This record gives sequence, structure tokens and C-alpha cells, in this order.
Amino acid sequence: MKILFFASLRERLQCEQEQWTDLSGITSAQDILNRLIDRGSPWDAALQNGKLLVSINQEIASLTSKVNPDDEVAFFPPVTGG
Amino acid sequence: MIRIQEADFNVQDELDAFRQDCPKIGAICSFTGLVREFGDRTDLTGMYLEHYPGMTEKALQKIIDEAYKRWPIEKVRVVHRVGELNLSDQIVFVGVSSAHREASFSACEFIMDYLKVDAPFWKKERTTSGENWVEEKNTDTLRAERWKEDR
Repeated sequence: MKILFFASLRERLQCEQEQWTDLSGITSAQDILNRLIDRGSPWDAALQNGKLLVSINQEIASLTSKVNPDDEVAFFPPVTGG
Repeated sequence: MIRIQEADFNVQDELDAFRQDCPKIGAICSFTGLVREFGDRTDLTGMYLEHYPGMTEKALQKIIDEAYKRWPIEKVRVVHRVGELNLSDQIVFVGVSSAHREASFSACEFIMDYLKVDAPFWKKERTTSGENWVEEKNTDTLRAERWKEDR
């Protein structure tokens, strides 16, 4: 599973993407988030800070959405383009 | 037609493309967004625009598809720049052609409003005192939401 981070979140985490092969206990986007938060600083603060959007396979999703091993899951702050 | 690019674009070229595309059009409505100095601060020197390649195009296509469902429009062109931009640079172009003006006016505004809240672009301002990510504006969310009441 590919996990991506964008914009201010990417900077705070100093991480652009990860590839996960151990997916035990991961069935939803929330499970991914929990595993990231459990890493502690800076993951916990950055990911629990205000609004966080999630997409699955490049479509906006919610934390309760189910994920599959081949999915591309991204976390990012609210968008500000245009 | 959707293009995400670092290079600048020429509005006249984009408008000319509509005329070559389709002889049935009687109206072209377009919007061009620029990097501006903010009213409450004068230290902005430019900005950096990040996006999510792949998802950006999908999200924009979804917005455009919805516009086609709502109005009798002919063609849509969206050009959005990414990377480093300076004050007064062009950021975004949205153009819509139609037989009559009402549809292109409405669709152009609709696409722009949804682009602001649904397309994965993020702005980082450069100022003389440092850099900071732009936060979402509640007014943008409200502008997009008002189209829901129209349905």
C-alpha cells in the first residue's frame, strides 16, 4: 500500500511517501492514521492538528472508508488552489 | 481540456482555441486568477503551488463533468499553474463556451468555485519575513456550497 502526504503536512512530517507491506490490522483509512499517530512526534501532533483530508486511489474518501493492499492512500490539509 | 503546468499561458491563445473547436458557439466566458498582494499585508513576494499529480486531473474532470450535466455548454478549458509564481503572475484559467451566454457564465463560475474547494492544489506564500501555507477560506467553502441549493 502506498501512503502519500502533501503540502504543510508533508513538510511537518518530512515525509512524502511510504510503501507499506505489513498491513496487519489495516482495514480502513482510520487504521492507517492510528498507526501513524502511534509513532509519536512529529506524527501525532501533525496528524491530530485540525482538518485532515484523506483520499483513496485519488478520490476523496473518509476515514471510515475501507482500504485494500494495492490502494494509494493520501493525507493532506484542506486545498487552497485557484 | 485540462492542463497542469509550470509554464505561463496566453489567455488569447486559449480563447482562440474555442473558436477553432466548435462553430456552434455564440459565447465564451473565461476567468483568469492572478497572484495578488493581500489587502492586509504588503510583504508578499510570490508563492509556491503544490498539487497531487493524477488526483488533480481526476478532481477537475469530475467538476467539469458536473458542469456539462447542469448547463448546455460546448467546451471547457482549465489551465492551472504549479511551482514558483511571482506577484501578478497568472495562476489559473477557466474558460467555457456555449451557444448562449447564460450557460457559459454560470458554468465558468461553478467550475472555479469547485476548483477552489475540491481540486488538490495548495498555496504557500513567500513573504519578506518567511514562508507560510495558505489556510482554507470559509468563504470559498460557502461559495461552492451555494450551488447545492440550486439543485
